[in-house]
Amino acid sequence: MKVEISKGIEELKFALLSPDEIRRMSAVKVITPDTYDDDGYPIEKGLMDPSMGVIEPGLKCKTCGGKVDQCPGHFGHIELAMPVVHIGFIKEIYSILSSTCSNCGRIKLADDKLKGYFQKIKDTADRLSDIEYDDIVSEVESEASDVVICPHCHFENQKVALDKPTTFREEGKKLTPKEIRERFEKIPNEDLPLIGLDPKVARPEWMVLTVFPVPPVNVRPTITLETGERSEDDLTHKLVDVIRINQRLRENRDQGSPQLIIEDLWDLLQYHITTYFDNQTPGTPPARHRSGRSLKTLVQRLKGKEGRFRSNLSGKRVNFSARTVISPEPFLSINQVGVPEKAARELTVTETVTEHNFEKLKELIKNGPGKEEDVYKPGVNYVYRTDGSRIKISDKNAAEVAEKMEMGWQVERQMENGDIVLFNRQPSLHRMSMMAHEVRVLPYRTFRFNLAVCAPYNADFDGDEMNLHVLQSQEARAEAEILMKVQENFLSPRFGGPIMGAIHDHITALFMLTYKNPLIPLDAGLHIMSYIDVDKTPETVEVDGKKYFRGRDIFSMILPEGVNLEFKGKLGDKSLDPNGTEGTIKIENGKLINGAIDENAIGQSKGVLLDYVLRKYGNAEGAKFLDNLTRLAAGVISFTGFSTGIDDEDVPGEAKAQLREVGNEAVQKVEKLIENYKNGLIGMEPGKTLEDTLESMVMKALSQAREKSSEIASHYLGMDNSTVIMARSGARANMMNLAQMAGIIGQQSIRGQRQHRGYTNRTLPHFQKGDIGAYARGFVSSSYKEGLNPTEYFFHATGGREGLVDIAVRTSRSGYMQRRLINALEDLKVSDEGKVLDTEDSIIQLEYGEDGTDPSRSFEGESVDVDYLIKEMFGKKYGGKQ
Amino acid sequence: MAKYNILMHEMVPEHWLVSVKEEEKVLKTLGVTKGQLPKIRKSDPVIKALEKVEGEIIPGRMIEIVRKSRTRGIAKLYRTVIGE
Ligand SMILES: [Mg+2]
Ligand SMILES: [Zn+2]
Ligand SMILES: [Zn+2]
Repeated sequence: MKVEISKGIEELKFALLSPDEIRRMSAVKVITPDTYDDDGYPIEKGLMDPSMGVIEPGLKCKTCGGKVDQCPGHFGHIELAMPVVHIGFIKEIYSILSSTCSNCGRIKLADDKLKGYFQKIKDTADRLSDIEYDDIVSEVESEASDVVICPHCHFENQKVALDKPTTFREEGKKLTPKEIRERFEKIPNEDLPLIGLDPKVARPEWMVLTVFPVPPVNVRPTITLETGERSEDDLTHKLVDVIRINQRLRENRDQGSPQLIIEDLWDLLQYHITTYFDNQTPGTPPARHRSGRSLKTLVQRLKGKEGRFRSNLSGKRVNFSARTVISPEPFLSINQVGVPEKAARELTVTETVTEHNFEKLKELIKNGPGKEEDVYKPGVNYVYRTDGSRIKISDKNAAEVAEKMEMGWQVERQMENGDIVLFNRQPSLHRMSMMAHEVRVLPYRTFRFNLAVCAPYNADFDGDEMNLHVLQSQEARAEAEILMKVQENFLSPRFGGPIMGAIHDHITALFMLTYKNPLIPLDAGLHIMSYIDVDKTPETVEVDGKKYFRGRDIFSMILPEGVNLEFKGKLGDKSLDPNGTEGTIKIENGKLINGAIDENAIGQSKGVLLDYVLRKYGNAEGAKFLDNLTRLAAGVISFTGFSTGIDDEDVPGEAKAQLREVGNEAVQKVEKLIENYKNGLIGMEPGKTLEDTLESMVMKALSQAREKSSEIASHYLGMDNSTVIMARSGARANMMNLAQMAGIIGQQSIRGQRQHRGYTNRTLPHFQKGDIGAYARGFVSSSYKEGLNPTEYFFHATGGREGLVDIAVRTSRSGYMQRRLINALEDLKVSDEGKVLDTEDSIIQLEYGEDGTDPSRSFEGESVDVDYLIKEMFGKKYGGKQ
Repeated sequence: MAKYNILMHEMVPEHWLVSVKEEEKVLKTLGVTKGQLPKIRKSDPVIKALEKVEGEIIPGRMIEIVRKSRTRGIAKLYRTVIGE
């Protein structure tokens, strides 16, 4: 194996290009602003001169003789008629102009002072950091800038001002780039270190351009459209402008045209060169394309999200990857991902032919690349022979190549069931955003996965797309399978509980299956159980001569053997269930004895039963449990059917009257409070003004109204109501949502306060000035079902908008914060002894997390779950089995 | 203002100067070199406060910090004093 030695970079130095150096590295002096002639040949000494490199395959470079992939490209140059300042050095030019004498060129500080600074640099030369050096330079600059009389030649200097973007003025008189250059030439080399320049590689006058480098053609390639039309790169367009104006400037200068015309052209040249470097220079109108699009010049190529760094260097596009829309598939295991055939045919795994896979690969090659209309059968797209030459497999040559196949060939075989892939959804906010899945090749065009895996990816199916990466080496596959597989990421490192679990209809279904242990007719029970892998059915019970299964017995089928558990379900803490027994979930020896299975048992991040199975039986068994659970749920709910509609929010007339009463009462109570306030009958609460006291009392009264309406709604809507089932089981929504739909929506607030902003002394013109009653401050007594009146609607929209703004602000802020955190922490590592180190092996933490515990192996943050251990070890007396 | 000893403040963790004799022992148990340890400036207010008790603390000395830790209860960590 080739050993690669990495070399450390010891020092990095930036320098300036001198005019001579630009000429020296130039392959051609560009004088014509044109690119190609009418026959399509590049014009000599034009912007596409073949001396600057080749972009068309087959052609050879005039300078080095190399072909497209061999020639690195060569610079050309333009001789500028008049010097022009470089926009990238404006700050430096300004500070040098300010700190040096315009007469003698020295830094405007007395010799002894300069000596002191030199000494400071010299003394600390070996341990001087760049920042400290910069500090000295800026100290010199700020000190010298204020000096008027030059200590060296006693010339009286004038103040230089920068008129953005590129004009310098001295007492209102314009300083031309030519004059600037002449001044800079006078600065002696000895003074340069204190300006921040190394005289060996940079002279200040080089910041004013007299020769302009033209980048190689492969930096700005011509694009040929399908129509045969040629389109030039933005940089080339800009260079055309530069040459054109440069030419006109030279002609006018040589003809001795009026100074005014020359100055105009000179400014224009400055503009073009400025925008060539940076087309977003403040104070300069951006140069535009004929279409009105602004040109992408040098700085724009590098800067920002779409720039070279963030888009091409930090983040690159990769091979062996696919992206498409996602959709749900409850029949897949949580460890699997459904890959469309079309993608599977394109995505390949490169395998080297060995004695172990010889026959298999031979068969695969024989299959050829396959046709879209055929049933999917993995084949081969390309093979590489030992000499590196590539053969494309087609139906015609498949059999022939298969026969010729030899040891050591590389075979790019198509995806097959069981391949390990990485699956990812952006934004990748935590490590569970990218997990390893096993492939199942499926028809149609979407990626599919088990619904329990929505949570870690934060995915839904309203058009979300996800990315898939095929692993190429055995090492990668092994590593991914051990560390990244879905089942290995059950327990979140964020809170030490299961991040995956049953959601929505899974919970509803299993709740309905177990709530009050229903009798399930024989045929229905068998149908439901056909969704899961079972080899025997539970015992039946006979009622009125008919055979039934019990719901809890069916659920017990998917429980691993020996589960013993007792915990409170969601119903447990509410007195909804008259006897209060459904809320206590009791499992003995793998049998559900009592209770309704709900969110507290199997829900994501809080499922006690799920957590128990995972910890006791391990990830594989946990995955199996969840697989079975999702299938069983699908079986139940597809047999019973489940739906919700607006009539779920219908309450009897009696309840309606009660709700109206509650609303009116609250409004009256508020009026009473306001009256008392006006009559001075309200005492101040500690820490509050009188107004605040009133406000808090009003808020309390109004929130009580909503609570009361919630109680009324709960009372009249029972377990025969779909919405109630969903809310009580924790599948979706809660009783407050229901109360808002059926009863009273309640107070609309902004930043936790009643709505109070708007017109003078009132929120809307619909109210009296000074009205601070319930309705005037955003109380909504209507329900969603009835509908809102116009003022209520307005307040509701205002309150709703706050939520939207919050989300928009939060995501952008937390995204930026995350970026900074990741950049700061990305190369920390945990050593073998458990220390957290950075790349220099400096200590960040002496022990990982200070307790050396992996939070995903912890029990809700604690290193050990003592209660569980006691129960398991000492048995039933302490709440365990035996 | 300057009268207040910041080391007495409940939000400031305990800082102790490690004796020169102890240093080697501590480093050995931790399995690290002094250079690897996090740094603390000599100009840090805590060091200034410590100096009132211990006399001048020259760069290179070690400081033991005892903190309350959410995961561990009490966590000890060490810093090396650096100049300025
Ligand atoms: Mg979505
Ligand atoms: Zn070349
Ligand atoms: Zn002078």
